[in-house]
Amino acid sequence: MGWLPEPVERLLEVALVGELTVIGPHGRPITHPLIPLYDGERIYLHSSTLFSRKLEHIKRNPRVSLALTDPVAMKGNPDRATIQGTARVIEDDPHTDWERLILEMWRRKEPAIDDFLKVRVALPLFFERAVIEVRPERCRYWPAGRTDQPAVETRAPGTEAA
Amino acid sequence: MAARAPTRLRSGSVPAHAPTREDLDRLAGYPHVVVSWIDDDGYPTSVACGFEVDAEGGTVTLAPTAEPIPTDREISVMGSHIRPQPGVGYDERRYLQLWGTLTAGRTLAPARAWGWDENEVPFFEYSERSVPQSRKYLAELSEEKGRPIRPRLSPFWLALRTTRLPFLSATAVPVLLGIAVAAHHGFFTWWTALLTLVGGSFAHLAINVTNDIFDTLSGADEANTTPTQFSGGSRVAVYDLVTIRGLAALALGLFGAAAAIGLALVAITGSMLLLWIGVAGIVVGVAYTAPPLKLVYRGLGELAVALGFGPIMLLGAYVVQADRLAWEPFVVSLVPGILIALILYVNEIPDRRSDASAGKRTLPVRFGPDVIRTGYLVGAVAAFAVILGGVLAGLMPWPTLIALAALPLAVRVHRGLRTHYDSPYTLMAVMGQNVNLNLVVGGLLLAAYVVTIVGSAVVS
Repeated sequence: MGWLPEPVERLLEVALVGELTVIGPHGRPITHPLIPLYDGERIYLHSSTLFSRKLEHIKRNPRVSLALTDPVAMKGNPDRATIQGTARVIEDDPHTDWERLILEMWRRKEPAIDDFLKVRVALPLFFERAVIEVRPERCRYWPAGRTDQPAVETRAPGTEAA
Repeated sequence: MAARAPTRLRSGSVPAHAPTREDLDRLAGYPHVVVSWIDDDGYPTSVACGFEVDAEGGTVTLAPTAEPIPTDREISVMGSHIRPQPGVGYDERRYLQLWGTLTAGRTLAPARAWGWDENEVPFFEYSERSVPQSRKYLAELSEEKGRPIRPRLSPFWLALRTTRLPFLSATAVPVLLGIAVAAHHGFFTWWTALLTLVGGSFAHLAINVTNDIFDTLSGADEANTTPTQFSGGSRVAVYDLVTIRGLAALALGLFGAAAAIGLALVAITGSMLLLWIGVAGIVVGVAYTAPPLKLVYRGLGELAVALGFGPIMLLGAYVVQADRLAWEPFVVSLVPGILIALILYVNEIPDRRSDASAGKRTLPVRFGPDVIRTGYLVGAVAAFAVILGGVLAGLMPWPTLIALAALPLAVRVHRGLRTHYDSPYTLMAVMGQNVNLNLVVGGLLLAAYVVTIVGSAVVS
């Protein structure tokens, strides 16, 4: 199972939006607000092929970070965290892969997605999607969101800093 | 900082721009920013913090963070907002990201900006603007995987979308009215009536698909980033759900089916008149978008539609039953002819910019909002005047006057055009009311004919 600190897992469980930062073609940080999903070990994000530049960036450089910062999007929880890790784009079949992998987790956070799925015909490309699977490697956690205070840092077992 | 002030934030399909004062004013509205950079280990990292904006000076000053933010590389600051909707999800999505290099005093003079606000660029428009990115991504993915990877829809939904099946109501109204007038004149055979309805529907669907082929090839559909359920075409070729070759095969099949039923009806009735009406229908339907005439590209689309869905459809249905022409079905045909032309007319309003860019000089491209709104009123009033005039002239039975009850619906559409002319998405409700106007008037005329026929049967 996962190694992320419990308060960070709580943030992941409720967050409607997290800020995924990827590395752009010129080494520039590019941030995308996305709904993060968590299965207790890996973090899953997903993207329509319509907005697939982030996928191209990840395929070029899989290092990513996910920031959880907005109490409004986390049921009022003021804690904050940034998780760094390595991402993998799952895109063998953008029509169906995502339904199998993340639909259940997605609908728990955004029940309206089922209504959108019923009218898939209205926006077919929105439902051609790739899944971004993130393996967490390093986590910084700021209780009460106090980023002016040093973060509590944790690393994945086997990747501890020397 | 650039002096240029764009009227809206750029979408994902538009390159990032030099930040404006407007961008900085917007950033000031977010409660905190997420600062991101690439750390010494080569990973992106982020920290949230407070900030202050000096919009005049074009700078953002960051509040202290325990973690040092580097000054030797490019960083970004992002403001992001959603409004949670418990039990549903969230809305009011917006974000703004600015890039630059931080000074020692924790001040950033951003050099690039990019963002999206769904209140300014609605999600559907944002998605449509991003269609080329989806096509590019899937093309590269196909190459990478060594097999074609294309978007899909279930066969049922794909057929519905490709043929624009719901628009068949436009065919049902004139065909059923033609059959009703013929029955009123004492001519009715149920199975030829049914064949007429099926054949007319095939012809209509064939014309829809043909229209999509030429609007895709001309670039009109791709240039349209604000399609609605009533406008902008089926978009199946734009989305790469169906190839142009596939659409052409489908159009030929549908035209073939329509022609086969038409020829069967000619053989059954022995009416050469019907043959000529059928040929006229196919010619007008194809000439609507196909070269060399491309009637809709010349502002003659409404005339073609009025002819096709008015006299041609209705008289065709009448001739199948009666094997002759008469003034009454001709006069009645003017009503759906005008009202269905008005459906096209209103549906062209949200498409006018993309149509203009593709050289499609429809009436809303040629004329301003005032002329178009007045034109709508004139057309709608003319349709109702035909009913009144037809009854006064003794050409139509008096119960058809009941169709005048739909007049307030036309007034509502006209008012809606005044309020929503420039907003494709709020205009959708008005377009729906306009479609209903034809259905309500057609339904009332049909009911009036049924009452007249039943009344005559009872009296005799």
